[in-house]
Amino acid sequence: MIRNNEKRKETILGIFLLLLLLAVMTFIDAKLPSYHIAIKVIKKASVYALVAVSMNLLNGFTGLFSLGQAGFMLLGAYTYAVLSIPVGKRAGVYQYFDGGWIQFSIPEFFSEHLGETFGLNMGIIIALLLGGLVAAFFAYLIGLPVLRLKSDYLAIATLGFAEILRAFFQWKKLGPLTNGSNLLKSYPDFGSATGYIVLIGIFIALIVLLVNSTYGRAFKAIRDDEIAAEAMGINLAKHKRMAFIISSFFAGIGGGMLAMYMGTLQALSFKSTMTYEILLVVVMGGIGSITGSVITSFLYIASMEWLLRGLDSGTFLGINAPGLFKNGFRMAVVSLIIMVVVLFFSKGIMGDREFSVKGLIRLFGGKKAKENAGGDGNV
Amino acid sequence: MSENPILRLENVTMQFGGVVAVNNLSLHVNPGEIVALIGPNGAGKTTAFNCITGVYQPTNGIVEFEGKPIVVAHPEGKMKKLYAGENAELYMSRHPIDPTPDKITKLGIARTFQNIRLWKSMTVFDNVLTAKHMLAKQNVFSATLRLARAEDKQMAEETEALLAEQDLLKYRDDLATSLPYGLQRRLEIARALATKPKLLLLDEPAAGMNPQETQELGEFVAQIKEKYGLSILLIEHHMDFVMNFSDRIYAIDFGKLICSGTPDVIANDQRVIDAYLGVSEDE
Ligand SMILES: Nc1ncnc2c1ncn2[C@@H]1O[C@H](COP(=O)(O)OP(=O)(O)OP(=O)(O)O)[C@@H](O)[C@H]1O
Ligand SMILES: [Mg+2]
Repeated sequence: MIRNNEKRKETILGIFLLLLLLAVMTFIDAKLPSYHIAIKVIKKASVYALVAVSMNLLNGFTGLFSLGQAGFMLLGAYTYAVLSIPVGKRAGVYQYFDGGWIQFSIPEFFSEHLGETFGLNMGIIIALLLGGLVAAFFAYLIGLPVLRLKSDYLAIATLGFAEILRAFFQWKKLGPLTNGSNLLKSYPDFGSATGYIVLIGIFIALIVLLVNSTYGRAFKAIRDDEIAAEAMGINLAKHKRMAFIISSFFAGIGGGMLAMYMGTLQALSFKSTMTYEILLVVVMGGIGSITGSVITSFLYIASMEWLLRGLDSGTFLGINAPGLFKNGFRMAVVSLIIMVVVLFFSKGIMGDREFSVKGLIRLFGGKKAKENAGGDGNV
Repeated sequence: MSENPILRLENVTMQFGGVVAVNNLSLHVNPGEIVALIGPNGAGKTTAFNCITGVYQPTNGIVEFEGKPIVVAHPEGKMKKLYAGENAELYMSRHPIDPTPDKITKLGIARTFQNIRLWKSMTVFDNVLTAKHMLAKQNVFSATLRLARAEDKQMAEETEALLAEQDLLKYRDDLATSLPYGLQRRLEIARALATKPKLLLLDEPAAGMNPQETQELGEFVAQIKEKYGLSILLIEHHMDFVMNFSDRIYAIDFGKLICSGTPDVIANDQRVIDAYLGVSEDE
């Protein structure tokens, strides 16, 4: 009885918080111009959050140390861009390749049939999902051989896969599809930051549901003790491959949304440094904590793109010191912050705990927050 | 041997490099029996379990479960020259069968581990619930979208029942590894039972327990055997446990069977006394 009552309280508060977030987002979108830095930060941070959570699913929850994220993002990004550039603009974009092979655009098709706004957005979402599917398909292909490798070798193989892919996409022979080493551009965007938050919120919610399902528990069992997992009837090869495919699916969608955010797309930008950046977010947020990845993505992107910008351009917090605050100082400060976080929070800011509505009620309800070790794994 | 054994090992040999850890071992477990495997440290008991459960592919021999061969092996590759066991020629013409441990568990053989292997980041409840994953019919989509609520509910209820039976329900939300040693062993048994086995393999279930706990555990094992219609093969060093609760005993030394029979036979066998019982006083 008490349990039910608390559950209802949690649900109501949860819904309230979501509606509040939605209202704030709509307000921000209405008030700020689309080029405003806050809008940009929200868009980019939410994309990073999705990719970080997808990486956490594999590295944190299943215990597979893979470094292929940038590669799967690249696949999603190109799929999205190639399928979305309006037909009329293809001649210009693919100017060195006779307008390219593909002569249709999914968002354009949908906006013609289902209306300007709704159709366009539907088309964008479908193209993004197709990007995720292409990434998932590649994960399916390389999963079997690659996942047989042990920890370090898996990392090297997936990293290699991503690098090869990047080179492959710049290959001239593929130019009519990928535009070679030239930019892809002119594909549509949601226009509003709310679109990013809602879509990514849904994807992350799906990952949370997965992690707390019987399959998520099987993944954690593999991470905790493979031998015990196998002895309890969990097929290691099947479940590792499943985690790899699902993680890559969401990384692919994240890649598509990153391309959308950036406005132009080039294979060159999906370097391994991007994977390391995301790994950094995952580790700092806490390996095995979804909320940790989300919170850290926002903190990281906000600091890098906005709050600490002044450190590179002369004025920071009202202090004008062009001698000190110049190119490269921001990175020095960011490195310092990272070192401090790693020193004081060796398991990241959240460890493997989750930030939950239940925890919030406890916090403000004045009840003792400490119940027992390990925290509650639910959101 | 009138009925058909549920488990039968025939000439099983496991050789690591030059070391023959299990040497031409044949044994069987009849339905409803509690059978003990005893022997001094390093005798090859755990290795025998690993050959049954697919952790190792034996070098030679056959393992049958419910009358069907589930593991078949003969010396291959480098082992052709190195093989120091017997009866290799018997299985040369048979096609090797080398299943992964999960497949064997699905057939109905569950186990516990000598050096406890609970999932350390999980609660007591989740440790047992996760072992039910193998039986779940839902696929990853219906699981994520919570379309299989009836099955989820059933899995949770069965888990609660298993924990209640072991008196572990009050620890349900504690981390498994925070339990005292004896309770962790019991939790491992509950976890193995969660896969609904027909045959249960227990590797030193009473290790680290005092005489009273050992006695309770023995009664408990006998009780779950009846309740779930299990057959049990166990490894144990506590001789009173073995003598009181097993129907038959196999004693091995240096991987080789030295004697088998009822507890009375074993207790009075000179080879067993020499190899094992003599030194077990201080264990
Ligand atoms: N993977 C392996 N590689 C090489 N040698 C092994 C391996 N596993 C076991 N052995 C050897 O096989 C022999 C039997 O070991 P096993 O663990 O089966 O003994 P045990 O009867 O279970 O002993 P205990 O009572 O100490 O648990 C030992 O000499 C051990 O060193
Ligand atoms: Mg042993």
